[in-house]
Amino acid sequence: MATPAESLSLENDQPLVIAGQSYNSRLLVGTGKYKDNEETRLAIEASGAEIITVAIRRTNIGQNPDEPNLLDVIPVDKYTLLPNTAGCYTAEDAIRTCRLARELLDGHKLVKLEVLGDEKTLFPDVTATMEAAEILVKDGFDVMVYTNDDPLIAKRLEDIGCAAVMPLAAPIGSGLGIRNPYNILTIVENANVPILVDAGVGTASDAAIAMELGCDGILMNTAIAAAQNPVLMASAMKKATEAGREAFLAGRMPRKRFASASSPIDGLFF
Amino acid sequence: MNISVNGENRTIEANSNLAQLLEALDLQGKRIAVEVNRDIVPRSEYGSFVLSDNDQVEIVNAIGGG
Repeated sequence: MATPAESLSLENDQPLVIAGQSYNSRLLVGTGKYKDNEETRLAIEASGAEIITVAIRRTNIGQNPDEPNLLDVIPVDKYTLLPNTAGCYTAEDAIRTCRLARELLDGHKLVKLEVLGDEKTLFPDVTATMEAAEILVKDGFDVMVYTNDDPLIAKRLEDIGCAAVMPLAAPIGSGLGIRNPYNILTIVENANVPILVDAGVGTASDAAIAMELGCDGILMNTAIAAAQNPVLMASAMKKATEAGREAFLAGRMPRKRFASASSPIDGLFF
Repeated sequence: MNISVNGENRTIEANSNLAQLLEALDLQGKRIAVEVNRDIVPRSEYGSFVLSDNDQVEIVNAIGGG
């Protein structure tokens, strides 16, 4: 979707538009795996993210009635919540989760759809994902869909009417970085909806690479939450996302096999 | 009568409504969503939704996730 613009800086950049809403930050972050709610709050603040993912789970009954809920700690008015269907292995469970999320969040339509196929890799079950996406789109949801780095499937998910397509960089939580940059590039070049790399980013340079490829944004969780210092890593990811975006807009130099001197030959005095 | 709440069996008074169950669980006014027998019950209907024997109640909330 994205093409290098005549921008001189990020201030002139187009915002990220998902389902008609504009966002200035192209970094989306998860809220799982943090030490506690306070660390979550500080990390998402440092990331500059405007969209944050949450999971839908059974309420703890009885044991800890006064346990603080994430949504009571995070200033929810500051963020767009993106409920996910993590842990769902069937289209039916994913659809059920999205409908509960819509009720929980007062009619909220934006969801992150993921239908997993395998516990070891957490790779998506692509056919079940497409089945769920069709039903959710018809039901009025704005679907941001987690998928494999397969350009054909990405296009089909766009054709179904997904609001954004989110190919993985590497398995969820693996931190292996962008394993297949050319596929991501092909997905980006073919797309008419925002493409966000979701899952597999490990450190700041991975985020920069995703953005340099022309991705419209990045969604990550573990790369920040599992860092030794999550709040500092959140800040690094913010800068890397912006740096990668600027580099994409700037248009990189062509690669050359041999050297090309940076200082002029003319005027040498020996 | 007996119902299941988040997979656990509970005995409640006959003809209890959902609002009364949530109050007993200290969940009134909390950010939750409720399903009974896999159908979502809108928040506005908690007071009028009368529970039946063997109902399967699921109560969910949002937690940290990626």
